[in-house]
Amino acid sequence: MAEEIKLFKVKIDNISVEVEPGTTILNAARKIGGEVVPPAMCYYSKLQGSGGKCRTCLVKVSKGSDADPRPMPKLVASCRTTVMDGMEVANITSPEVLDARKGVVEFLLLNHPLDCPVCDQAGECHLQDLSYEHGADSTRYEFKRRTFDKVDLGDHIKLHMTRCILCYRCVYTADQLTEKREHGILGRGDASEISTYISQSLDNDFIGNVIDVCPVGALTDQTFRFKNRVWFLKPVDAHRNCENPKCCGKTVLWMRGDEIFRVTARKDKYGEVEDFICDTCRFDKKDAKDWIIEGPRKIERNSVISQGHYVNTVKPKDPLVEVLDGRQPRLLFDIHSESKVNRPDIELSKIDGPAHSDDFKK
Amino acid sequence: MGRKLLLDKAHIEGIRYFDTYRSNGGYAAAEKALKTLGPDGVLDEVKKSGLRGRGGAGFPTGLKWSFIAKPEGVPRYLVCNADESEPGTFKDRYLMEFIPHLLIEGLLISSFALGANSCYIYIRGEYAWIPDILEQAIAEAKNKGWLGKNIQGSGFDLEIYVQRGAGAYICGEETALIESLEGKRGNPRIKPPFPAVKGLWQSPTVVNNVETLAAVVPIINIGGDEYIKYGTGKSTGTKLISACGNINKPGVYEIEMNISVEEFIYSDEYCGGIKNNKRLKACIPGGSSVPVLPANLLLKTAKGETRMMTYESLADGGFATGSMLGSGGFIVMDEDQCIVRNTLTFARFYHHESCGQCSPCREGTGWMKKVLHNIEYGKGKMSDIDLLWDIQRKIEGNTICPLGDAAAWPVAAAIRHFRDEFEWHVANPEESQTRNFGLAHYADPLPVPTPAAV
Repeated sequence: MAEEIKLFKVKIDNISVEVEPGTTILNAARKIGGEVVPPAMCYYSKLQGSGGKCRTCLVKVSKGSDADPRPMPKLVASCRTTVMDGMEVANITSPEVLDARKGVVEFLLLNHPLDCPVCDQAGECHLQDLSYEHGADSTRYEFKRRTFDKVDLGDHIKLHMTRCILCYRCVYTADQLTEKREHGILGRGDASEISTYISQSLDNDFIGNVIDVCPVGALTDQTFRFKNRVWFLKPVDAHRNCENPKCCGKTVLWMRGDEIFRVTARKDKYGEVEDFICDTCRFDKKDAKDWIIEGPRKIERNSVISQGHYVNTVKPKDPLVEVLDGRQPRLLFDIHSESKVNRPDIELSKIDGPAHSDDFKK
Repeated sequence: MGRKLLLDKAHIEGIRYFDTYRSNGGYAAAEKALKTLGPDGVLDEVKKSGLRGRGGAGFPTGLKWSFIAKPEGVPRYLVCNADESEPGTFKDRYLMEFIPHLLIEGLLISSFALGANSCYIYIRGEYAWIPDILEQAIAEAKNKGWLGKNIQGSGFDLEIYVQRGAGAYICGEETALIESLEGKRGNPRIKPPFPAVKGLWQSPTVVNNVETLAAVVPIINIGGDEYIKYGTGKSTGTKLISACGNINKPGVYEIEMNISVEEFIYSDEYCGGIKNNKRLKACIPGGSSVPVLPANLLLKTAKGETRMMTYESLADGGFATGSMLGSGGFIVMDEDQCIVRNTLTFARFYHHESCGQCSPCREGTGWMKKVLHNIEYGKGKMSDIDLLWDIQRKIEGNTICPLGDAAAWPVAAAIRHFRDEFEWHVANPEESQTRNFGLAHYADPLPVPTPAAV
């Protein structure tokens, strides 16, 4: 029998939770769920080594552990700090944390172009959510924002560096999902940028996942660019038997009618993909016949996408059936066969000027 | 004359070369360590000496060494941090350039104490000529059997490698240095794990400053109990101070940590007073990242005591009325200097050197620079001063590495102590372009609180 692991007791905002040793504060908070979960812009549970950079998940450790109850001197990044037995953490109950987080959001938005009206990520952007929840209503920054030229990373991915918040997620993705490391950060400070080594195009089976992991609109899908707003599309779960052995084939199709606008991996409520998918599934299979549709996808994040789509919707009932006591209404006549105007053989676009009833008498 | 431990033989001609160094008592400490003390003996002596890290933070070296993890079968490393990039600091350069064997002897003893068989000197790229000096010294020491396999028959092996950096300030931060040494981008790592557990190539590593490692040699020579008699209190031994700015005699001075700041600035043995008989306005006592102090707070603490050149005395009063000894980059400013301009220079430096990994430092340093630029060039607003204060407050303590703090402290201290000057700049935008604010009241004696009569 396997030896039972002693669980660590942690208190986050006075809510107790028991987690395995080695768990980070952020993951312990996610176990509790709800409002005590610190926001994370750079941490990604599927990517090794990610996190610690954006500083939005800062929390205050008011008691280090049972053995050493001293508080930690600074705010710590909850995504990279592991819990100790008896640790007490203050997240939303600490004004210091909320103040620091507000500062971080301001810093993140400092050089962000705020071009949400023309950004494909709008509606599913983590930075939008973050600034809505923690940001100020106006900026104190009066200077020119830094800009970069847009770059094509291969045929399918557009890099819009101006929007980037340098979370390094895509760098880790490219590092850990693909065999070649050809994608990284150049420059330093606020001039640093995501780039490929000497403008190499990225052509790997899994490189499309950088679009999914990007928390903002810096990496966007060229096949979807400017096609539609995400909240006009209906997400449905679908799968196909992908030829690529490493690809799970389980995706979300973003549809309008029968048309598939884009394909993404399935994301959980923290916006993290459940399983990475290959580029063939993502970019090339845009026909509904390629997919086996499972049903509507519930988007759990509090974004506009989920509004009014599937949650608690009641389909309006036809009252006539009830009124007529179960009998179907009788069809008196078909208006299409009676109307003189309904003439499909007349091409409206070929009529000079506005159509007139005379045109249909011919 | 203050007693010297590190630079006592620096004046001897040819001390750079092995033979001269050896004939003047060099490598005696190494001999003592290898043959009589043993690793634990060296560690005991260093612990007894109370030596504190000379790179800036002032962490006790013996304690740092005792933290190193000692798992079986994993190599341990000693890394010498010679990436001396703090503006105003140039003491390590002097040591490495003139007495390289002192450093090599220190590395040998320290590696022996830590059980490290490879040692790296990470030197900043701008010191382009010093790696040659060091490599020559290493080759000499190896020829004479003081490096390499089975050193002096003790069975201890050590190789020292010199690695040049590429000119990044951030690579002086120990984890960024390790990343850079591994051939990666010099981004600081997120701690924990600390280098003492997982450092260079995921092995236990100790990173020490050049001066710290060199100071191990006199400690072994005279013994930890004797070393503690130098200096005052917890600031034991001697410290190299690189003095610069508006003084008569800029340069590297070895001081025993028992003299006052006033003596250091005005005595002929050290800085020799302010240039052109001007008056002292302000001073940054420990390299660009420590808080700047106005003359009155520099010479006397808020309690009215004389401020000494020690870790404790310079930090007396915390950041409200004190500063730090830091790395010993002593920058003196006379009455003609403009604090706003000086702060802008530092803000520009930290903006340029921010690695861009974490958001507060990446974005905040640039913002502070731009706001300061506006104030300096007569385009500032009164609200900008409060804005600057708010920005620095949100950077400090919220970053991965201490660069964020280092960028925030000079701005914070300048506003704290020299707010009048900032306000004058904003209120007189045209006049501020043609003349400086001057000394004003910054050298006036401060009222000292006296206990009420009973």
